[in-house]
Amino acid sequence: MSVRTKELIALGVISLFALIFYLGKVWGWGTFEFPTLLSFIVMAFIGLSLLWILILTLKGRLIERRVVFVYVGFAVALPLFMSFSQKITISPEVYQLHEAIMELPAGSKVLISFDYDPPSAPELQPMAESIIRVCFERDLKVIVMGLWPQGPQQANLALERVFEDSAILAKNLQYGEDYVNLGFQAGNEFVIQRMGSSFESMFSSDYEGTPYREIPLVRNVRNFSNVDFSVNLSAGFPGTVEWVQIAVDRYGLLMGAGNTAVQAPVMYAYLNAGQLEGLLGGMSGAAEFEAVAEYRAKGTKFMLSQTFAHVVVIAFIIIGNVAFFRSGRKSKLKGN
Amino acid sequence: MEHFALWLSAFLTLGILSFLYKDNPWYKLSEAIFVGISAGFWFVTLFWDNLVGKFWDGWQDEPMLFVGAALGFLMLLRLVPKIGWISRWPLAFIVGATSGLWLMNYLASNIMVQVQATIQPLFSISYASGFDAGWGAIISSLVIVVGTFTGLVYFFFSKEHKGAFGGAARVGIFFIMITFGASFGYTVMSRMSLLIGRMDFLLGDWLGMIG
Repeated sequence: MSVRTKELIALGVISLFALIFYLGKVWGWGTFEFPTLLSFIVMAFIGLSLLWILILTLKGRLIERRVVFVYVGFAVALPLFMSFSQKITISPEVYQLHEAIMELPAGSKVLISFDYDPPSAPELQPMAESIIRVCFERDLKVIVMGLWPQGPQQANLALERVFEDSAILAKNLQYGEDYVNLGFQAGNEFVIQRMGSSFESMFSSDYEGTPYREIPLVRNVRNFSNVDFSVNLSAGFPGTVEWVQIAVDRYGLLMGAGNTAVQAPVMYAYLNAGQLEGLLGGMSGAAEFEAVAEYRAKGTKFMLSQTFAHVVVIAFIIIGNVAFFRSGRKSKLKGN
Repeated sequence: MEHFALWLSAFLTLGILSFLYKDNPWYKLSEAIFVGISAGFWFVTLFWDNLVGKFWDGWQDEPMLFVGAALGFLMLLRLVPKIGWISRWPLAFIVGATSGLWLMNYLASNIMVQVQATIQPLFSISYASGFDAGWGAIISSLVIVVGTFTGLVYFFFSKEHKGAFGGAARVGIFFIMITFGASFGYTVMSRMSLLIGRMDFLLGDWLGMIG
């Protein structure tokens, strides 16, 4: 059987599998969840198979790189079916952001800038949802905006998810009075600069086209001095760095941040210097904020996959190093 | 329509993931669609937000917008080889204005404040958190001071890295390596998060297997 035939058969099997489960979803089969015992058996099986790969490597038999991809795929996918969650330890910086929001008196205005797009949503969307939820629970007024074009759409998705909660829905929050989406504004850091003197000059209307002056929530918001606190959810440029440099350091805005894990190490310098009032870094930051806010959602759920994936990556780093030293490449590199 | 959108999204996601097996036409198609849609999305967004939203709707109130529009037009002259050199003028304006703005921002936020946060009393972890005389705070302060000093020594190339100076540079390398390691760890977490997001889509939104 040729390789092409095998590939086509594999593709056919995957398609059939997908079609069956999709029809199952349409027919209402419901979701699948591993019992605790099965979850432990799966974990043990993966651990033992990794040990087997290590033994093979020690014997001099190297595995193909695609095996690593399959393991990482399983490590990410299987925990999504598991019924238990891991213990989340809350970092001081996450606690600090939560406290900063909790200390705001009811009616305070919180500006949340959504500076990310869908690719970064797995990390930042859980943060957005839990932060908005905490704000609404505390009866804070939420103003959302975006320096990335897809940011305001992500904000609307987060708002939709928050309003699925009956406790929040019962508050009967009104658009324009309790929360508003000012939409996207092109111009990167210059938008922040102009907002320092006039919000209206940058957002003449909201996301739905309502003129700025006709929105009760922001009618009296002239610049940053009329905002009590802000949170920046950022995946790159423009993002937290620009907000800190302009809005925080120049205009004195109090700000917390939620960042993708790639960005987070850079932001710790701002946190340590007191330029940020708390920091959520990556998916673990989202999960920690959910824990401190007592709202278990996707951040917490995803952390099990994150942990499994990290364990598998660490295991393969060890296996890779074993293979490196076993193959004697070190001595070859030295020219011996 | 919802079914079609889900299947299309899953088709493109699996197409991109298929690159892990090997380069193939399915991956190339998905990648080309992504690049094309991204370019189109940005063009349409900036056209409606900048050209129409700011200039066309606002030039009556702010005639200065014509200056920006003129500079933008001059930039397009790059497309005409004979007079393409004119596009250097708006480019020079952008470089100058951006440098001026960023010089002040970086000087204030990334140099002055950071230096202030590094030069701190031994018994206070940072000026933001106030006085703290715990052992943890003292060790943290020492790590910041030693790490900053030895890191700077490592990047000082006017003197040969020998003796005590070389020893300090070697300590600096360790700090830099630990920093890179922490960054790498966070990057792995970020990339895994992207994969988790896609898996959640495939197994949850698409196939409905997880809640």
